[in-house]
Amino acid sequence: MAQSKVEGSSSLRHAFGGVLSVFILLLIGVVAFSIRLFSVIKYESVIHEFDPYFNYRVTQFLSKNGIYEFWNWFDDRTWYPLGRVIGGTVYPGLTLTAGTMWKLANSLNIPLSVETVCVFTAPIFSAFAAWATYLLTKEVKGPGAGITAAAILAMVPSYISRSVAGSYDNEAVAIFALIFTFYLYIKTLNTGSLFYATLNSLAYFYMVCSWGGYTFIINLIPMHVLLCIVTGRYSSRLYIAYAPLVVLGTLLAALVPVVGFNAVMTSEHFGSFLVFIIIHVVALVYYIKGILTPRLFKVATTLVLTVGVAVCAVVVAILIALVASSPTKGWSGRSLSLLDPTYASKYIPIIASVSEHQPPTWPSYFMDINVLAFLVPAGIVACFLPLSDASSFAVLYLVTSVYFSGVMVRLMLVLAPAACIMSGIALSEAFGVLTRSIKFHITKYFECSHTEAPAKSGESTSAESSAPLENMMKSDTTEKSEVVKKEKVSRRKQKKEKELTENAPVKPVSAKKEKRPLVLPLEASIVSVFLLIVLGGLYVLHCVWAAAEAYSAPSIVLTSHSHDGLHVFDDFREAYAWLRHNTEVDDKVASWWDYGYQTTAMANRTVIVDNNTWNNTHIATVGTAMSSPEKAAWEIFNSLDVKYVLVVFGGLVGYPSDDINKFLWMVRIGGGVFPHIKEADYLRDGQYRVDAHATPTMLNCLMYKLSYYRFVETDGKGFDRVRRYEIGKKHFKLTHFEEVFTTHHWMVRIYKLKPQKNRIRGKSRKSKLGTKSTSSKPGGVTRKNPWN
Amino acid sequence: MAKGTNDAQLLIQSLRKAYAATPTTLKIIDLYVVYAVATALIQVAYMAIVGSFPFNSFLSGVLSCVGTAVLAVCLRIQVNKDNKEFKDLPPERAFADFVLCNLVLHLVIMNFLG
Repeated sequence: MAQSKVEGSSSLRHAFGGVLSVFILLLIGVVAFSIRLFSVIKYESVIHEFDPYFNYRVTQFLSKNGIYEFWNWFDDRTWYPLGRVIGGTVYPGLTLTAGTMWKLANSLNIPLSVETVCVFTAPIFSAFAAWATYLLTKEVKGPGAGITAAAILAMVPSYISRSVAGSYDNEAVAIFALIFTFYLYIKTLNTGSLFYATLNSLAYFYMVCSWGGYTFIINLIPMHVLLCIVTGRYSSRLYIAYAPLVVLGTLLAALVPVVGFNAVMTSEHFGSFLVFIIIHVVALVYYIKGILTPRLFKVATTLVLTVGVAVCAVVVAILIALVASSPTKGWSGRSLSLLDPTYASKYIPIIASVSEHQPPTWPSYFMDINVLAFLVPAGIVACFLPLSDASSFAVLYLVTSVYFSGVMVRLMLVLAPAACIMSGIALSEAFGVLTRSIKFHITKYFECSHTEAPAKSGESTSAESSAPLENMMKSDTTEKSEVVKKEKVSRRKQKKEKELTENAPVKPVSAKKEKRPLVLPLEASIVSVFLLIVLGGLYVLHCVWAAAEAYSAPSIVLTSHSHDGLHVFDDFREAYAWLRHNTEVDDKVASWWDYGYQTTAMANRTVIVDNNTWNNTHIATVGTAMSSPEKAAWEIFNSLDVKYVLVVFGGLVGYPSDDINKFLWMVRIGGGVFPHIKEADYLRDGQYRVDAHATPTMLNCLMYKLSYYRFVETDGKGFDRVRRYEIGKKHFKLTHFEEVFTTHHWMVRIYKLKPQKNRIRGKSRKSKLGTKSTSSKPGGVTRKNPWN
Repeated sequence: MAKGTNDAQLLIQSLRKAYAATPTTLKIIDLYVVYAVATALIQVAYMAIVGSFPFNSFLSGVLSCVGTAVLAVCLRIQVNKDNKEFKDLPPERAFADFVLCNLVLHLVIMNFLG
């Protein structure tokens, strides 16, 4: 009777807990969505940065022309005169997702424009990512850890930075796909169900469609499988989780046009094939071990080893010869630069020049994951008590993502979910221990007879786990050792309570060594709980501040606070609008590759190079043109049919990311292909300057002239607010270009190529005709014709 | 050397005896796996002779064979009564999962076949 009453109350508690968790998860989704809306509130609902403009243009095309046109689209308005095969070089996941959402909304008669859908895709998918984190952490540790991890991920600044409203980039959906794929993998590993294995492959397919970072998944999962095999955790569930994923996943990855046959030919995938073979060998070994007697098994192993090692050596030798014959050993440049961080700076300046590919600084760790940075080690320790397949996966995920985040600052984004999972586990463990000690005290206060209660515990921790337990609370609790002993006692007391913060598979243990119960003072645990809540509050405060101040800048609109209020710099859109309305539809615009996507999307003009940076020689051509004197630059641009040249100049207002600051990269990239451009020519004593001490090559190059033409007219002295000195050459005229537009704050300057002169006058006729005798100009100075 | 061959013979005999004791259903699945792998090997040999021009066709052919072999092995694992981990799983559910996964696999294959 009492048993059923206990069961009734526990099922009621279950139901209540379930409803509460659903409600909490809904709130977490709302938080994740709302915290990313700061830029919409502060500025407007606009697409940010550079890459999202390309995705937005592709989504516009998809929504207007349908999916078949999208797959076959050859874009001739970029990379003139080469063009770009969009269908085959873009990761379609993001655009297809947004296009589907737009179509769905419009079919339900909700009139959302494509831009609105694009702007708000990232916040919606961040809510989904938080829910996926809940599911994943629930598989690893339990529902309580899941909810904590989801709440942390909803707000972590690193993820916010790439998924604010308006940041319409691949990572917006890719991180959700990543976490969801990992969740399905762990679910398959825990249950051994082929159904989840199928879902896992489909989720992996969505990930391949979305982001080039899918290679992380297809290398992490084999690493984990290998780890399980090596640590003796091989089971048939592992086989079911891994083998179908490899076959189905490779096929699905080959379906995406961007990946195509790379799915079987590049080194990034070889790891999965190798582990595929290894797991089959291991499965066979276990099977034979099961059906043979031990003695015969030993005989079998010696036989197989002698023969097998010889065969293996031959196969490995062939493989090595094949792989070594390709210069990069089969890896792509970007992946190689991840493994060897110095590779890109030596061989591929384009990859090295992107600011997102630089290694992060130490403070950026604290800025991006804040409190999690020291909750993570506690989480790692908690994962070892007890170690299961799922928790070993979480640890491996964290370790590899920490390494990669150290190589490239952009990959801090991959670290964020791992850190959230670990800290969720750590926080939930801490709360579990502390609340249990509080409950123990309260029950002790109300009941007298607790010492003779049967020692039926719910956990399976053994005595040896006491040592690692001591390290667990090192982050914020004061009394460490008492907490440890307290936990063992309180675990015994929880036989009647169905914990929502259950953190290990429940295995009834019949006999347990009786330990003397050591009691943690009630005050200490209450204070610790309070401190943990304060910690969480500080974290939330930091996340909201980071989202509002640091990561919500759309970078296409700039603001500054001056003494007379808010000043808005909308120069970029002003320039693109001018181009759109004052030039012919077929005019070609040349600029540095940063602005290519924005120019094609907003100004709707053909560009020479854009952010895709797939053709290094073409970019080097533009870089050489920018670094050459006017005549040579005119020749280069004329050969490319360019009509307008666009430069970004920040010297008048102090905008630091202008073309003069990026100029050395233009020189380096141009010099990488055209050897007559030498970086040393532009530096005075190794220093880059544009003032009076600059080298004549620097003062004569096109970039300098186009940036500083008529600059001296603004303040009379030509003081550059970014470089903080007066410029070198102040008064000069342009001979081959003419200025057609400069924006309000001089941030974008557009020049037109002057057409070649029809008539050639003066002395230069001699050089043209050769044999005729000269008729020199009477007296005076012969004017040098700039067109020769 | 004679001991080596003797041992090998003994090994093969005991393997054969142990394998004969497996139930017929599992033996049928094993036969299916062997058939699928043999088909894959024949395809690879054909490609080695004729050349790999429509590479996607070759890839989809080989991977469909390997895929069905892998899925059949998974089915065998789940249906095998000696496996303690799966004793709660009804064999009908295992077979239904197997059919579903094969459906997805062959859908992808047919799309990729060209």
